[in-house]
Amino acid sequence: MSTPRKAVVARDLTRRFGDFTAVDAISFEVAQGEVFGFLGANGAGKTTAIRMLTGLLGPTSGSAEVAGHDVGREPELVKRAIGYMSQRFSLYEDLTVRENITLFAGIYGLSDLEIRRRTEDLLERLQLGPQAGSLVRSLPLGWRQKLAFSVALVHGPAVVFLDEPTGGVDPITRRQFWEMIYQAAAEGTTVFVTTHYMDEAEYCDRLSIMVDGRIAAIGTPAEVKREFDAESIEDAFVQLVRPEATP
Amino acid sequence: MRELLGFMTKEFHHILRDRRTLAILLLLPVAQVLLFGFAVRTDIREIRLAVVDPSPDTATIDLQSRFQGTDLFHLVRHETHTAGLQDLFQRRLIDMALVFPVDFGASLDRAGGADLLVITDTTDPNTGSARQTYARNVIDRWTRERGQASGSVRIVPQVRMDFNPTLESVNLFVPGLIAVLLTVVSALMSAITLSREKETGTLEVLLVSPLRPWQIISGKVLPYLALGFLNVVSVLVAARVVFGVPIRGSIVLLLAECLLFIVTSLALGVLMAAVTGSQRTAMIGAIMGLMMPTVLLSGMIFPVSSMPGWLQVVSHGVPGKWFLLISRGIMLKGVGIEYLWRETAILAGMTLVFLGAALRAFSPRLD
Repeated sequence: MSTPRKAVVARDLTRRFGDFTAVDAISFEVAQGEVFGFLGANGAGKTTAIRMLTGLLGPTSGSAEVAGHDVGREPELVKRAIGYMSQRFSLYEDLTVRENITLFAGIYGLSDLEIRRRTEDLLERLQLGPQAGSLVRSLPLGWRQKLAFSVALVHGPAVVFLDEPTGGVDPITRRQFWEMIYQAAAEGTTVFVTTHYMDEAEYCDRLSIMVDGRIAAIGTPAEVKREFDAESIEDAFVQLVRPEATP
Repeated sequence: MRELLGFMTKEFHHILRDRRTLAILLLLPVAQVLLFGFAVRTDIREIRLAVVDPSPDTATIDLQSRFQGTDLFHLVRHETHTAGLQDLFQRRLIDMALVFPVDFGASLDRAGGADLLVITDTTDPNTGSARQTYARNVIDRWTRERGQASGSVRIVPQVRMDFNPTLESVNLFVPGLIAVLLTVVSALMSAITLSREKETGTLEVLLVSPLRPWQIISGKVLPYLALGFLNVVSVLVAARVVFGVPIRGSIVLLLAECLLFIVTSLALGVLMAAVTGSQRTAMIGAIMGLMMPTVLLSGMIFPVSSMPGWLQVVSHGVPGKWFLLISRGIMLKGVGIEYLWRETAILAGMTLVFLGAALRAFSPRLD
C-alpha cells in the first residue's frame, strides 16, 4: 500500500527537561522495510527519542513523522500504525498465551474473525499451539520474548519499535529472535531496534549512535566502521562514547 | 467500545485468576460485619451497680428496687459507706454507684429536696454518659410517680432516644463499615492494579496502543465497580439477616449513593497509583492516606462533632464523612434525597474533581 516513502523521519527533534536537553535536534530517516539499529550509551537520550516517536512524549521543538503521520499532531494515527515492545516484559504473565494475543489484537480493533485467524497463524509460526492455554508465566524467557515480539506485530503495524528486546536472553534464542526480525522486515515492516549487544548492531541494515542527545554517527555498519576506522561497531561505539579511553 | 470490552475482559481474567485475593475480597466484607456486629459493642448491656445506703428507709428501698426492676441494672454490691467504692471501681467490679445520704426519705418532702449521688465509671466517656442517662431516666420516672402519688405537680424533662432507640452499635457501624470496605476494595484495589501495570511495564505498552487514557482507566477499574457493588449488597444482606439492621429509607437511593461512593473511591485509587511509583507505595498510600482518614475522620467511630474545630474542617475533605451522613440518613432515619441532596452534591463534586485529576495524571505522557 505504501510507495517508497520513509517509515520514520525526524527533523531537528528536540526534547528538554528543564535545563537539561535530553534529545538535541536529531534528524534522521528510516526507509520502509529497513532494520534500523538505534544505539547509544545509557542516558544518551535513546529512550526519550523513542518515547517521542511512539507518542508517549511530546517534542519540545522539531518534528517527526512515523508511518507518514506527524507524532505531534496525529498521535492517534501514529499509535494505530506502530507496534511496540518495551524494555520490560510487555505481556501479562497471569494470562494465557491465547488470551494475551486476543487481548492485544482486540485493543488494536481487529474483528473477531481476524483475531481468530491471526491467533492461529501466530501460534503455528511460533509452534506454540500446545501451549496456547498455558499461562505466559510458565514459558521460558526466550519463548516469552518471541511471543511478545509476535504480539507487537499482531495488528500488522508499518513500524515496530523494539526497546532492548533481547536483554537476558541466551545466544541461541537471540539468533532466532533476529531471524524473526529479518522475516518481519522482509514482509515490509520497518524495525526500529535499540540494543546494547554490539554483535546485534552488525545485523542491522543501518544504525545510528547517540551521544549526549545528538546523533554522532549514522549509516550502514560498514560505513560507520569505515568512518571511525574501527574493526567492529563495538570499537566505533567505544570511540564515540568514551573518546578519552582511546589514545 | 469493542476495544474497551476486550480490555475489560482481561481485567476480569486477572481478578478471577487470583483466587486468594478474590476470596478475601468477597469474604472480608461479610466477616467484617459479623466481627463488628458481635465483638465491637458500644451499646449498653449490663450496668453493675453498687448501692451505698447508710440509713435504709422505704424511699431508698423503693428506688433501689426500681433499678433492679430494669433489664439493664444489676445490683451487685451493698455498702454502708463510700470508702470501699474507689476500690470496687478500680477492680472493675462495678460500673456505677448510687450513694444515698443519711435520712434520704425524710429530706425528700422538704423544700430543698433530697440529694442523690450517682457515680459513673467514665473511663470510656461515651459509654459512661450513656449509663448516666439510663440512671437519670430511672430516677426521673421514680420522682415523677412519687410526685403524682402525693399530689404535687412537677415538670420533669424526658429524654427520648430517636432513630436508634436501643443504641444498637451494629446499626451505627454498618453504614461506616460500608464506607471503609468500599475504600479498601475500590481505592486500594484500583491503586494496586494500576500501579502493577506501571511496575511491570505493561502500562507503557497500553499507552502506546490506540486505547485512550480514559479507556485504559475505565477498563482497569470498572470491574472493581462491580466487585464493590457486590460487597455492598452482601454487607447489607448479612447485616439484615444476622442483626436485623434496618434500611428505613429507599433501598434504590441507598444503592445509587453507594455506587457514587464506589466511583469516588476508584478515582482516589487511580490518583494514588498515578502519584506513586510502585505497588508497595501505592498500597501504603491507599491504606494510610485513604483508609485511615475514613476510619478516623468520617465519624464512623469518633463523632465529628466532638473533634477540635480544625480537625472538623479537615474531616470535610474526607469523602467517607459525607457518605456516612448519607447512608446513616437513609438507613437509620429513613430520609430521602430531599434531605440529602447537599451531601450528595458535595460527594459528586469531589468525585468529579478526583476523576479529572486522575485522568490528567494518567494522560498519555509517561513521566
